This record gives sequence, C-alpha cells and structure tokens, in this order.
Amino acid sequence: MTTVADKPSTTAVKPASMAQALQRALRDSLAADPSVHVMGEDVGPLGGVFRITDGLTKEFGEDRCTDTPLAEAGILGTAVGMAMYGLRPVVEMQFDAFAYPAFEQLISHVARMRNRTKGAMPLPITIRVPYGGGIGGVEHHSDSSEAYYMATPGLHVVTPATVADAYGLLRASIASDDPVVFLEPKRLYWSKDSWNPDAPASVEPIGRAVVRRTGRSATLITYGPSVPVCLEAAEAAREEGWELEVVDLRSLVPFDDATVCDSVRRTGRAVVVHESGGFGGPGSEIAARVTERCFHHLEAPVLRVAGFDIPYPPPMLERHHLPGVDRILDAVARLQWEGDS
Amino acid sequence: MKNQSPVMEQRGSYRPSPPPAWKPRTDPAPLLPDARPYRVLGTESAAKADPALLLELYEQLVRGRRYNTQATALTRQGRLAVYPSSTGQEACEVAAALALEERDWLFPSYRDTLAAVARGLDPVQALTLLRGDWHTGYDPHEHRIAPLCTPLATQLPHAVGLAHAARLKGDDVVALAMVGDGGTSEGDFHEALNFAAVWKAPVVFLVQNNGFAISVPLAKQTAAPSLAHKAVGYGMPGRLVDGNDAAAAHDVLTEAVCRAREGGGPTLVEAVTYRIEAHTNADDATRYRRDTEVETWRAHDPIALLEGELTERGLLDDARRQGAKDAAEALAADLRERMNQDPVLDPMDLFTHVYAEQTTQLREQAAQLRAELEAEAER
Repeated sequence: MTTVADKPSTTAVKPASMAQALQRALRDSLAADPSVHVMGEDVGPLGGVFRITDGLTKEFGEDRCTDTPLAEAGILGTAVGMAMYGLRPVVEMQFDAFAYPAFEQLISHVARMRNRTKGAMPLPITIRVPYGGGIGGVEHHSDSSEAYYMATPGLHVVTPATVADAYGLLRASIASDDPVVFLEPKRLYWSKDSWNPDAPASVEPIGRAVVRRTGRSATLITYGPSVPVCLEAAEAAREEGWELEVVDLRSLVPFDDATVCDSVRRTGRAVVVHESGGFGGPGSEIAARVTERCFHHLEAPVLRVAGFDIPYPPPMLERHHLPGVDRILDAVARLQWEGDS
Repeated sequence: MKNQSPVMEQRGSYRPSPPPAWKPRTDPAPLLPDARPYRVLGTESAAKADPALLLELYEQLVRGRRYNTQATALTRQGRLAVYPSSTGQEACEVAAALALEERDWLFPSYRDTLAAVARGLDPVQALTLLRGDWHTGYDPHEHRIAPLCTPLATQLPHAVGLAHAARLKGDDVVALAMVGDGGTSEGDFHEALNFAAVWKAPVVFLVQNNGFAISVPLAKQTAAPSLAHKAVGYGMPGRLVDGNDAAAAHDVLTEAVCRAREGGGPTLVEAVTYRIEAHTNADDATRYRRDTEVETWRAHDPIALLEGELTERGLLDDARRQGAKDAAEALAADLRERMNQDPVLDPMDLFTHVYAEQTTQLREQAAQLRAELEAEAER
C-alpha cells in the first residue's frame, strides 16, 4: 500500500489551485453520471462562497446544481431521500461549524441506512465540508470537526492535501457507494501545484495513505491542512540532522494502518500532527493504534502536536493555536534521541 | 393594528420616499384549513361515499385493530421488546396506505407499522424492529415503504427528497410521510415542509394528532390555532380532518395525493384522533390523563363509526361482518405462530453491512467475534 507520490509529468502541466481541481472534479462527475446532483447554500449562480461550484449551474442546469433553502438538516435530509431514489447527491456544507445542524441526519440516517436495511438501501452521498483554520475567519468559520465524523461508524472521512488528490479523492468519494464526509482544508484552497486539468490523474481509491517525504529518523503522521506544515518542518529538521518521513493519511476512515505502521516500524519514532484539539482528537486514536501495533519498534512514546483544547480562537490569536513548524520540531526533539540524558 | 402609526400627513416640503412595492407572495386564504375537522360518516356526504371503498376500509380497520391487540399481547409474552400501539388510530393508518398507488412511497414512524401492513408488508417483517432481531425487517424497495423511523420527524425530509428525485426523473410518484403531533415541534418538520413547498415536491404530510407526545399534551406542544394552520406559513394548503372517520381521512389524503401527483405541490393534513393505549407497553398513561377522557374517545371509535354507517345503509350483513372478523383472526393467528418462533440470528451480520466493502479494522473485529463465538460453541 505504501506509495511515494509520483512526480507529475511536466508536459501540458501548469499551476492549478486546489479550488480549481475540486471544481473540475465536480464538473467531471456531473458530466460522467446523470445521477450526480450538487446541492447546498449559494452553490448556484454565486458558485459557492469559495467558488468551488463555479459555473456548474450554468453548465448543468438548476436541477443538477441546486441552491437550497438555508437549512443544513434539510439539505442533508432531502439528500437522503434523493439517494433512496437512486440519485447520487453531493452536498455542500458552507463551513465546518455550519454543518452541525445536519448531525442528526448524518449520524441517525446517513451513516446507518445501509446497515439498518442489511444492504438494501445504501446511501451514496458525498458531504463536502470546508474545514480548519488559518484563513482569518471569525468565530464558527475555522473548526476542525473530523473527530466527530471519525467516531461515527458507517461514514468514510476523507481529506486531501494536494491539488491532484483534491481531484482524485473527490471523484472517488462521489463514485463511492458509501457516504463520504469530504473535508476540504480551506486554507489550501488557493494553494497551487503543477497539475494538468486537461488530463487529470487516475482516481485514487479511498483509504490509502501516502508517504509524501521519505526519511529514517521519525515519522510525522498528518493529513489535510497540516501536511504542508509537516513538509516544511521536515525540511527545517535537516539542519538538526533529522530526516523526517511525512505520511499524508488522506483518509481518516478507513484508516490505513499498513502504510502508517510500515513507516513507524522503519523510523521507530512518530509524531501525529493535526489542527483539531488533542483531547479525544484523531491523534488519540492514531497514537493508540500505532502503539498497539508497533510497540516493539518504538524508541519513544508516540507524541501528538495538536490544536489546544480550547474553542477555536479569534483570528488575531489563531497563530498561537495552530500547530506550526517550531512546535512540531519541539516534539521531534522530545523523541528520546541517543545522547539524551 | 392599533399600535401602528398612521401614514404621516404631508407637511411642508418633506416628502418621505415610499417603500419599494410590496405584495403578499401568495394569497393565504385558500391555504387555510377548515374551522372544524372534515367529516364524512354521519354527515350528508356519507351517502356519496363509494360502498366498495367503505367496505374495504371496514375490513382493514377490523384487521388493523386485531393486529394492534395481538402485537400488544406479544409484548406481554416477551416476544416483542416494545410496541407503540395505534389502537384508536386505525382509520389514519389504513387511509394513509389506501390513498397511495403501488408506485408511491410511504414514510412511516415507529407507531405506523399498521400502515405498512395495510400497504401489504408482512406483519412479521413490520415488527422486526420492535422484536429486536434487526433494525429494518424488510427491503424498503419491495413495497416502497421507507424504514420505520424512530428519531421524530427526521423521515420527513427523506420523503421530500425522494419525491423531488422522482419528479426530476420524470416519474409521477408521490411520497406520503407520517408524523405525530409531538413531531411537529421538531426542526426537521419545519425544514421538510419548507423544502417541500419551495421545491413543489409531490409529498403529503400526515400529522396524526393523537393528543399526546408520550405524556405531554398538545397544549404544551404548540400555540398554533391547529397543526394544519402551520401549512400556511410554508405556502402550502393545510387540511383538518377527523382522523377517526376513515372515509373522511381517505378522502382528504386521496385528494392531497392527486394534487401532488398533478404537480400541485405538497399538502399538510392534520388528522385529529386519539391514542387509546399508553405510549407503549412500557408507559403508564394513568399518570397524565383521566380515564373519562379516554372513554369520551372510545365513544368516537373509528370502527364503530364506520360500522354504524355501513349497517344503516344496509351494506354490512352478518356474513360480511363475520368474514372481516375471520380474516382478522387469521392474521392474528399467523402472527402469533410465527412470532413465537425464535428468530435465527447470525452475529456476524453485525459487520456485513456497515460499508459496501469491509474495512481492515472491521475485518479484524469480525475475526475477534468469530473466535469468541467458536470458543463459546466449544464450551
């Protein structure tokens, strides 16, 4: 399962943003499958507040890309009914914290319908949620809500960190016969990468982590918005003599134990990095899994670098909350290196 | 509007600009429900009712009542974990089922197993949830009956979405969703009605106002003139009907279903009825209501009402009455016999349908349970 991300071919490749790749994934999904329907608040002529659905209503009509009333439970609840009738709804929740009204539908119905009906009524719904901080958003615009989703059996939880993955994973999520919570790191929307929008890479299967950078000193296990931060930390760590491996999980559920453990067994040290709070956060589960499976290979306890256990801070203070390069390197320094007293 | 200031007289050179043009977006008058619940039985309209329909309703009501008493008996015998009875509400349950065509969809709540049975579902499958051997005991696509829904009113947006999807696909399918008076206080009730009206979705909302949400009476649930009045705020018609009058309930629901099918959009129907039994077998209704109130409603029993009408018109002879009774007894006997058998369960099913493809983690956990089961078998 371990794959080192391929360098994209340089022919016809130009810089593209994650937002463009997501838009292209929606467009290609709508074109490929008439049962795909995009719905949400402001996804029509406006193109969504982040412009991810830009142009879709114009190209596919209001019935395929629909501005709904402003009610998240209603959006997801009606999407359930549409999926019951054989459609493949792609729902946009405008912001992480605005998805909470839809939790009852998500937990009591979306996640359970396949199981409740012994497979007779699967719900192929994709729920896109822009998440995370770092964009200077005021209250309720920067939550990292992935732990809630991870704790709900029946959901897949997917989050891209690169332009190419944004496309591939969104296509795969929409094609999945299971409900997928697709978390879009909003501070990476405008990140650019070399990507050929005219020949997008093949669709990645959901559930596979990828090694973004190889190294033998320690493994940084991360996902979404923290991936670029970890890559930066790994670069900076060279000055300290550490070669850090960076694993991008891409999918929190299903969790790719194989890729993660393969890396940790080689390096013997691991730090989990995410924006979400540490207490009861994704890192708690990841650290436990790694410890259970790799205990005899570990030179030090698995550490977590997470957001503080506080309500998300106001924008002028958020830089103190978000895990940054220094905090990651401080954690790496505490991994009981030889010569430590 | 006595508190509203009169429009200012023109004074001096000051000319206040008028607000931009405003008019109501819909005429609310045709949306308003009748002042009293619509009735057929015991009124002049009864003579116009189709005898064949009345007889069919009668046979279904008798069967439905027997189903209710049998299911309640099964809870006492430990064969059902719980049963929320629809005794006294059979007219609503049956009328809902009969108002729909085969291609339509029914969205029942946990109290509406009878509606599902009246629509043709095997009673054993309808009661699977309440026996506790699985959550939904049937393939929803087979009779187009959504899974019995427990979280209140959360099935209503599903009905709207399904009806909307059917229309997008060009199918003339209608969805009928059932909810209780308590459920109208839930946010999902509001959101479902709003979406339905905005989308003009072919959906009918049937509120069975049976007087209580477990113990809480309607007066503590809403200050609305009636639950049917709530429709006006969404821009759809509200209809108020005597829910114990099977002919009236069937009339109103059939009309709403036709209207939806013809592209007229959704309707909210409030059927005024009464929950004769406690909330479930686990509830004690004497703690919150008087027997005298129950007796008043027993006197307005849906079966007695219809039987009276049929007898008066000479449509019901002893043979027919006995036939209905025999059919009901046959259903009860079959239900008793099959429910008295222990269901055969495979614990490994717990892992089979969580995802389309089992995750590594679930495969590991399934292996653990399998090992536990094998060890248990060896003991």
